[in-house]
Amino acid sequence: MDTHLAALLGGLLIGLSAATLLLLNGRIAGISGLVAGLGRPGERRLADLAFLLGLILGPPLFATLAGHWPLMRIEASWPVLAVAGLLVGFGTRLGSGCTSGHGVCGLARLSPRSLVAVPVFLATGMLTVALMRAAS
Amino acid sequence: MLDPARVRGFLDIGGAWDPSLVFVLGGAVSVSALGYGLSRRLPRPALAQTFDLPTSRRIDAPLVLGAALFGIGWGLSGFCPGPAVAALSTGAAPVFVFVTAMLLGMAASELRVRRSPR
Repeated sequence: MDTHLAALLGGLLIGLSAATLLLLNGRIAGISGLVAGLGRPGERRLADLAFLLGLILGPPLFATLAGHWPLMRIEASWPVLAVAGLLVGFGTRLGSGCTSGHGVCGLARLSPRSLVAVPVFLATGMLTVALMRAAS
Repeated sequence: MLDPARVRGFLDIGGAWDPSLVFVLGGAVSVSALGYGLSRRLPRPALAQTFDLPTSRRIDAPLVLGAALFGIGWGLSGFCPGPAVAALSTGAAPVFVFVTAMLLGMAASELRVRRSPR
Protein backbone atom coordinates (compact mmCIF):
# COMPACT_ATOMS: atom_id res chain seq x y z
CA MET A 1 0.00 0.00 0.00
CA ASP A 2 1.12 3.54 -0.69
CA THR A 3 2.89 4.95 2.39
CA HIS A 4 0.89 8.17 2.54
CA LEU A 5 -2.41 6.36 2.05
CA ALA A 6 -1.50 3.90 4.82
CA ALA A 7 -0.56 6.84 7.07
CA LEU A 8 -3.88 8.55 6.33
CA LEU A 9 -5.89 5.35 6.98
CA GLY A 10 -3.97 4.79 10.23
CA GLY A 11 -4.70 8.37 11.24
CA LEU A 12 -8.41 7.94 10.48
CA LEU A 13 -8.47 4.84 12.72
CA ILE A 14 -6.72 6.73 15.54
CA GLY A 15 -9.31 9.50 15.17
CA LEU A 16 -12.12 6.92 15.21
CA SER A 17 -10.68 5.50 18.42
CA ALA A 18 -10.57 8.95 20.04
CA ALA A 19 -14.13 9.79 18.86
CA THR A 20 -15.45 6.44 20.13
CA LEU A 21 -13.89 6.84 23.58
CA LEU A 22 -15.38 10.35 23.79
CA LEU A 23 -18.88 9.40 22.63
CA LEU A 24 -19.11 6.17 24.66
CA ASN A 25 -17.14 6.97 27.82
CA GLY A 26 -16.90 10.76 27.70
CA ARG A 27 -13.13 10.54 27.94
CA ILE A 28 -10.27 12.30 26.16
CA ALA A 29 -8.04 9.69 24.51
CA GLY A 30 -4.81 11.15 25.87
CA ILE A 31 -2.51 8.21 26.46
CA SER A 32 -0.16 9.97 28.90
CA GLY A 33 -3.13 11.12 30.97
CA LEU A 34 -4.82 7.70 30.93
CA VAL A 35 -1.56 5.97 31.96
CA ALA A 36 -0.86 8.45 34.78
CA GLY A 37 -4.49 8.17 35.91
CA LEU A 38 -4.02 4.47 36.65
CA GLY A 39 -1.93 5.54 39.65
CA ARG A 40 -4.86 7.45 41.15
CA PRO A 41 -8.08 6.02 42.58
CA GLY A 42 -11.26 6.73 40.63
CA GLU A 43 -14.28 5.03 39.13
CA ARG A 44 -13.05 5.63 35.57
CA ARG A 45 -9.86 3.67 36.16
CA LEU A 46 -11.19 0.30 34.99
CA ALA A 47 -12.51 1.68 31.69
CA ASP A 48 -9.24 3.55 31.14
CA LEU A 49 -7.29 0.34 31.77
CA ALA A 50 -9.48 -1.49 29.24
CA PHE A 51 -8.72 1.19 26.62
CA LEU A 52 -4.98 0.89 27.26
CA LEU A 53 -5.14 -2.93 27.04
CA GLY A 54 -6.85 -2.52 23.67
CA LEU A 55 -4.01 -0.22 22.60
CA ILE A 56 -1.44 -2.86 23.62
CA LEU A 57 -3.37 -5.50 21.64
CA GLY A 58 -3.11 -3.33 18.50
CA PRO A 59 0.25 -4.66 17.23
CA PRO A 60 -0.69 -8.38 17.62
CA LEU A 61 -3.98 -7.62 15.84
CA PHE A 62 -2.01 -5.96 13.04
CA ALA A 63 0.32 -8.98 12.89
CA THR A 64 -2.64 -11.34 12.62
CA LEU A 65 -4.29 -9.36 9.81
CA ALA A 66 -1.14 -8.37 7.89
CA GLY A 67 0.86 -11.55 8.42
CA HIS A 68 3.86 -9.65 9.81
CA TRP A 69 4.59 -7.44 12.81
CA PRO A 70 4.69 -3.67 12.24
CA LEU A 71 8.12 -2.28 11.40
CA MET A 72 9.88 -0.92 14.49
CA ARG A 73 13.42 0.43 14.17
CA ILE A 74 14.76 1.72 17.49
CA GLU A 75 17.95 3.71 16.87
CA ALA A 76 18.51 5.08 20.39
CA SER A 77 20.74 3.28 22.92
CA TRP A 78 19.30 2.13 26.25
CA PRO A 79 20.73 5.12 28.22
CA VAL A 80 19.26 7.55 25.66
CA LEU A 81 15.91 5.71 25.80
CA ALA A 82 15.95 5.97 29.60
CA VAL A 83 16.61 9.74 29.53
CA ALA A 84 14.02 10.20 26.77
CA GLY A 85 11.46 8.19 28.74
CA LEU A 86 11.98 10.33 31.85
CA LEU A 87 11.57 13.52 29.78
CA VAL A 88 8.45 12.19 28.03
CA GLY A 89 6.88 11.01 31.31
CA PHE A 90 7.67 14.16 33.29
CA GLY A 91 6.99 16.54 30.40
CA THR A 92 3.63 15.08 29.41
CA ARG A 93 2.33 15.31 33.00
CA LEU A 94 3.71 18.82 33.55
CA GLY A 95 2.26 19.91 30.19
CA SER A 96 -0.96 17.87 30.66
CA GLY A 97 -0.76 15.94 27.41
CA CYS A 98 1.12 14.33 24.56
CA THR A 99 0.58 13.76 20.83
CA SER A 100 -2.78 12.08 21.52
CA GLY A 101 -4.28 14.32 24.23
CA HIS A 102 -3.01 17.66 22.87
CA GLY A 103 -2.53 16.54 19.26
CA VAL A 104 -5.41 14.29 18.21
CA CYS A 105 -7.98 15.42 20.80
CA GLY A 106 -6.91 18.96 21.76
CA LEU A 107 -6.49 20.24 18.19
CA ALA A 108 -9.88 18.72 17.29
CA ARG A 109 -11.48 20.70 20.15
CA LEU A 110 -9.45 23.80 19.25
CA SER A 111 -8.27 23.89 22.86
CA PRO A 112 -6.13 27.02 23.30
CA ARG A 113 -3.70 25.10 25.51
CA SER A 114 -3.24 22.40 22.87
CA LEU A 115 -2.81 25.01 20.12
CA VAL A 116 0.23 26.18 22.13
CA ALA A 117 1.52 22.78 23.31
CA VAL A 118 1.57 21.07 19.89
CA PRO A 119 3.81 23.64 18.13
CA VAL A 120 6.08 23.70 21.22
CA PHE A 121 6.70 19.95 21.31
CA LEU A 122 7.01 19.78 17.52
CA ALA A 123 9.62 22.56 17.67
CA THR A 124 11.71 21.05 20.48
CA GLY A 125 11.43 17.58 18.89
CA MET A 126 12.65 18.92 15.53
CA LEU A 127 15.41 20.91 17.24
CA THR A 128 16.56 17.83 19.16
CA VAL A 129 16.75 15.72 16.00
CA ALA A 130 18.61 18.53 14.19
CA LEU A 131 21.15 18.89 17.03
CA MET A 132 21.70 15.12 17.15
CA ARG A 133 22.29 15.12 13.39
CA ALA A 134 24.78 18.00 13.71
CA ALA A 135 26.61 16.23 16.55
CA SER A 136 26.92 12.88 14.78
CA MET B 1 3.74 5.65 14.60
CA LEU B 2 5.22 2.46 16.09
CA ASP B 3 8.46 2.90 14.15
CA PRO B 4 10.73 5.39 16.00
CA ALA B 5 13.01 5.76 12.97
CA ARG B 6 10.05 6.96 10.89
CA VAL B 7 8.88 9.35 13.61
CA ARG B 8 12.38 10.82 13.84
CA GLY B 9 12.37 11.06 10.03
CA PHE B 10 9.27 13.26 10.34
CA LEU B 11 11.00 15.45 12.95
CA ASP B 12 14.12 15.67 10.75
CA ILE B 13 13.11 18.66 8.64
CA GLY B 14 16.79 19.40 7.85
CA GLY B 15 17.33 15.91 6.41
CA ALA B 16 15.31 13.53 4.25
CA TRP B 17 12.01 14.75 5.70
CA ASP B 18 9.31 12.06 5.91
CA PRO B 19 5.90 13.79 5.80
CA SER B 20 3.80 10.68 6.56
CA LEU B 21 3.00 11.78 10.12
CA VAL B 22 1.22 14.83 8.70
CA PHE B 23 -1.25 12.40 7.10
CA VAL B 24 -1.59 10.46 10.36
CA LEU B 25 -2.28 13.60 12.38
CA GLY B 26 -4.54 15.12 9.71
CA GLY B 27 -6.64 11.96 9.47
CA ALA B 28 -6.81 11.55 13.23
CA VAL B 29 -7.72 15.17 14.01
CA SER B 30 -10.46 15.30 11.36
CA VAL B 31 -12.29 12.19 12.63
CA SER B 32 -11.69 13.23 16.24
CA ALA B 33 -13.20 16.66 15.43
CA LEU B 34 -16.31 15.00 13.97
CA GLY B 35 -16.66 13.00 17.18
CA TYR B 36 -16.22 16.13 19.28
CA GLY B 37 -18.79 18.03 17.21
CA LEU B 38 -21.27 15.19 17.70
CA SER B 39 -20.56 15.07 21.45
CA ARG B 40 -21.60 18.71 21.80
CA ARG B 41 -25.10 17.79 20.60
CA LEU B 42 -25.46 14.93 23.05
CA PRO B 43 -26.54 15.35 26.69
CA ARG B 44 -24.12 12.68 27.91
CA PRO B 45 -21.87 9.89 26.61
CA ALA B 46 -23.51 6.52 25.91
CA LEU B 47 -21.85 4.64 28.77
CA ALA B 48 -21.02 7.33 31.35
CA GLN B 49 -22.82 10.07 33.28
CA THR B 50 -20.83 13.06 32.02
CA PHE B 51 -18.31 14.16 29.43
CA ASP B 52 -15.00 14.42 31.25
CA LEU B 53 -13.25 17.17 29.28
CA PRO B 54 -10.42 19.51 30.30
CA THR B 55 -11.78 23.00 31.00
CA SER B 56 -8.62 25.04 31.60
CA ARG B 57 -7.78 27.60 28.91
CA ARG B 58 -4.81 29.10 30.72
CA ILE B 59 -1.50 29.25 28.88
CA ASP B 60 1.04 28.97 31.70
CA ALA B 61 4.69 28.07 32.27
CA PRO B 62 4.09 24.37 33.19
CA LEU B 63 2.20 23.85 29.91
CA VAL B 64 4.99 25.32 27.77
CA LEU B 65 7.87 23.81 29.79
CA GLY B 66 6.19 20.39 29.92
CA ALA B 67 5.51 20.37 26.18
CA ALA B 68 9.12 21.47 25.52
CA LEU B 69 10.58 18.66 27.68
CA PHE B 70 8.24 16.12 26.09
CA GLY B 71 9.38 17.22 22.61
CA ILE B 72 13.05 16.72 23.55
CA GLY B 73 12.36 13.18 24.79
CA TRP B 74 10.26 12.48 21.69
CA GLY B 75 13.09 13.68 19.43
CA LEU B 76 15.75 11.69 21.32
CA SER B 77 13.84 8.41 21.10
CA GLY B 78 11.16 8.69 18.41
CA PHE B 79 8.65 7.43 21.00
CA CYS B 80 5.64 9.25 22.42
CA PRO B 81 3.38 7.62 25.04
CA GLY B 82 0.74 6.01 22.79
CA PRO B 83 3.04 4.11 20.42
CA ALA B 84 5.38 3.20 23.30
CA VAL B 85 2.52 1.61 25.27
CA ALA B 86 1.25 -0.17 22.14
CA ALA B 87 4.77 -1.43 21.38
CA LEU B 88 4.93 -3.28 24.73
CA SER B 89 3.19 -6.21 23.03
CA THR B 90 6.11 -6.65 20.64
CA GLY B 91 8.15 -7.72 23.67
CA ALA B 92 11.17 -5.68 22.52
CA ALA B 93 13.43 -4.94 25.51
CA PRO B 94 14.21 -1.28 24.56
CA VAL B 95 10.48 -0.51 24.68
CA PHE B 96 10.34 -1.71 28.29
CA VAL B 97 13.35 0.50 29.13
CA PHE B 98 11.55 3.53 27.65
CA VAL B 99 8.16 2.82 29.26
CA THR B 100 9.70 2.14 32.71
CA ALA B 101 11.56 5.46 32.55
CA MET B 102 8.37 7.18 31.35
CA LEU B 103 6.41 5.85 34.34
CA LEU B 104 9.19 7.10 36.67
CA GLY B 105 9.02 10.51 35.00
CA MET B 106 5.25 10.59 35.48
CA ALA B 107 5.63 9.57 39.14
CA ALA B 108 8.18 12.36 39.66
CA SER B 109 5.71 14.84 38.19
CA GLU B 110 2.89 13.58 40.45
CA LEU B 111 5.14 14.11 43.51
CA ARG B 112 5.88 17.65 42.37
CA VAL B 113 2.17 18.41 42.04
CA ARG B 114 1.41 16.99 45.49
CA ARG B 115 4.12 19.10 47.13
CA SER B 116 3.23 22.43 45.57
CA PRO B 117 0.20 24.10 47.16
CA ARG B 118 -2.55 24.76 44.63
